[in-house]
Amino acid sequence: MSRTYAAHTQPLWRRVLLTRESAVIALLVIVTVYSLADVANFDGPLTLTYLLLDITPILLIALPMTMVIITGEIDLSVASVVGLSSVLLGDLHQAGLSIPLAALLACGAGLLCGALNGFLVAYVGLPSLAVTIGTLALYRGLAVGLLGTTAITDFPKNWTDLARAKIAGTSVPVVMDVVIVLAVVFVLLLHFSTFGRGVYDIGLNEEAAHFTGVNVARTKFVVLVLSGVVSAMAGVFFTLRFGSARGDNAAGLELQVIAAVLLGGVSIFGGRGRLHGVLAGVVLIGVISSALRLESVTVNVINIIIGLLLVASVVASSLLTWVTTKLRRIAPETPPTRAPAAGVATPERQAS
Amino acid sequence: MKFTRRTSAVAALSLSAALTLAGCAGSSNDSSSGSGDNGGSSGGKVTVTFLPKNLGNPYFDTSDAGGKKAVEEFGGTYQEVGPDTASPDAQVQYINTAAQQGVKALVVSANDPKAICSAINDAQSAGTKVITFDSDTSPDCRDLFINQASAEGIAKSQIDLISQQIGDSGEIAILSASANATNQNAWIEMMKTELKNHPNIKLVDTVYGDDDDQTSFDKTAALLQSHPNLKGIISPTTVGIAAAARYLSTSSSKGKVMLTGLGTPNQMRDYVKDGTVKAFALWNPGDLGYLAAYAAKALVAGDIKGKEGDKFSAGKLGEFTVGKDGTVLLGDPFVFDASNIDKFQF
Repeated sequence: MSRTYAAHTQPLWRRVLLTRESAVIALLVIVTVYSLADVANFDGPLTLTYLLLDITPILLIALPMTMVIITGEIDLSVASVVGLSSVLLGDLHQAGLSIPLAALLACGAGLLCGALNGFLVAYVGLPSLAVTIGTLALYRGLAVGLLGTTAITDFPKNWTDLARAKIAGTSVPVVMDVVIVLAVVFVLLLHFSTFGRGVYDIGLNEEAAHFTGVNVARTKFVVLVLSGVVSAMAGVFFTLRFGSARGDNAAGLELQVIAAVLLGGVSIFGGRGRLHGVLAGVVLIGVISSALRLESVTVNVINIIIGLLLVASVVASSLLTWVTTKLRRIAPETPPTRAPAAGVATPERQAS
Repeated sequence: MKFTRRTSAVAALSLSAALTLAGCAGSSNDSSSGSGDNGGSSGGKVTVTFLPKNLGNPYFDTSDAGGKKAVEEFGGTYQEVGPDTASPDAQVQYINTAAQQGVKALVVSANDPKAICSAINDAQSAGTKVITFDSDTSPDCRDLFINQASAEGIAKSQIDLISQQIGDSGEIAILSASANATNQNAWIEMMKTELKNHPNIKLVDTVYGDDDDQTSFDKTAALLQSHPNLKGIISPTTVGIAAAARYLSTSSSKGKVMLTGLGTPNQMRDYVKDGTVKAFALWNPGDLGYLAAYAAKALVAGDIKGKEGDKFSAGKLGEFTVGKDGTVLLGDPFVFDASNIDKFQF
């Protein structure tokens, strides 16, 4: 699994249940049950379909974003890549290309976008925050520049219908197949491969990772390229779902993605986090937004609540580390049996 | 990293605090979502949801207030929802939500003529009547469109106003909203046609302020710089004309470059009084929302089907007839100037 080994002095149930990921999943269950019981129409047949369609782009981009953040980097340009691939899909389709070919080329453009980010971060050694703020503006600028403020909306109906279609007999959109396949691939890559171990090692200590034989630059390059490609795929879906290619498509989506990843328990400082927590985080944000919209809460209030949730989740873990350190200093003579419970969040007990 | 019991407790606590907030915000707004299952079986009341292009736009505040007045008159339930940016994808989520809530009628100003159509079709199959107002979708995807004024009527009034103000000759420019706004583009096309009757007036530029105050302000400044011989600006959008007037009123071009367009009396009152603007036109957006709400009621009640020739009554506005392509026309644009502007408060 991940490099975050549990303290094996504790019983198994505690190791499995008392994790950040379990907290998010529990919260997701609570919010869902509450919404089903108390929010009018949340239990209707349309809710699941719309909810999943709404969060699909976030689910997709959250997969590589988790890896990027675990290496201790960040990719702020993802929403701009979505916009750029959306515009390219529209432009290329209008130029006479078929949808699959145009989509493939759009994803190719996403790969190039990711490669530029990756090259500047991994090989030139610039900070990813600065690089991707730059490319956020650059890729968005290209997208808007290519199409102006107009929109391309004449996509073939069979493709736009496919983007919104449901798996026969269920209310689950067909596109979830793609999400599930990609999720499995990313889980294998991050949690069950040497490459994934490298991702965690870089996040925990880049220099140590280098000396243990991890190719730091190549790993960072690859995760940023993955981020570009998957963002472009999300852009293709976004465009077909709404049947509209616009330069300003998905503006601000990067914040929702990063919020979901952090909410799902990934440390912004790198080295920690698991994909199942992130997926639960994305669905949690989706459920909260959907339930609040059904309650006719305005969009500003929804943003405030999700913002608060994110801040609370980030602050909670930092605050806890600080509090436990203080407590240990005040009472250094903690009996050994209680030590794991009081001290796991402190640095010396963290994963190697 | 591992979570201790205490860690989990605090995390749970802070998260539930956020959720409590969510709960409060939710329950304070409960009135509109009381009854009904998914798919439109809410009680006997006519539930009408207004979905403007975006929230916080004074134009839609006025139109939706008119809608609210009408809905209250006929004893229905009114709610207004909307995205914070005028983009079609954000609007789709609210159309989906209306379908989930099973509201009887959705009154929407479309951010894109096609992109929101499949969502509208979903809502219609869930039993919701969909009325567009202000900005239309393709005619085949909604039940009815409430047209504030015919494109011909607006284009003619704009060209007439500017031609009177600049003496029927000279360079003019257009400051529009966003480049893919259905209504704006239709009007601009009609204005170009109308200009053929005014051979001495030359349209030199069309710029887009995206219905954003600052962008429109900057575009006005740029227009005046790049076209020193400009004699008039037409801004057929309320945000644009107010921003342009604000720029002109403090610039050296005040009184030299004429400005007209579509504006609201409250926004334009100062500029009409200080002489920056002589006259501008508009319909009453409050009446537009009012008419849309009554049309929604007539559709829901089954009084009309949205076919050409259908007649319905709209409270204080009187009788209306559905025209071609399922369109209901509010009336001719109204011209505001220094002599009458104080009679209007919207």
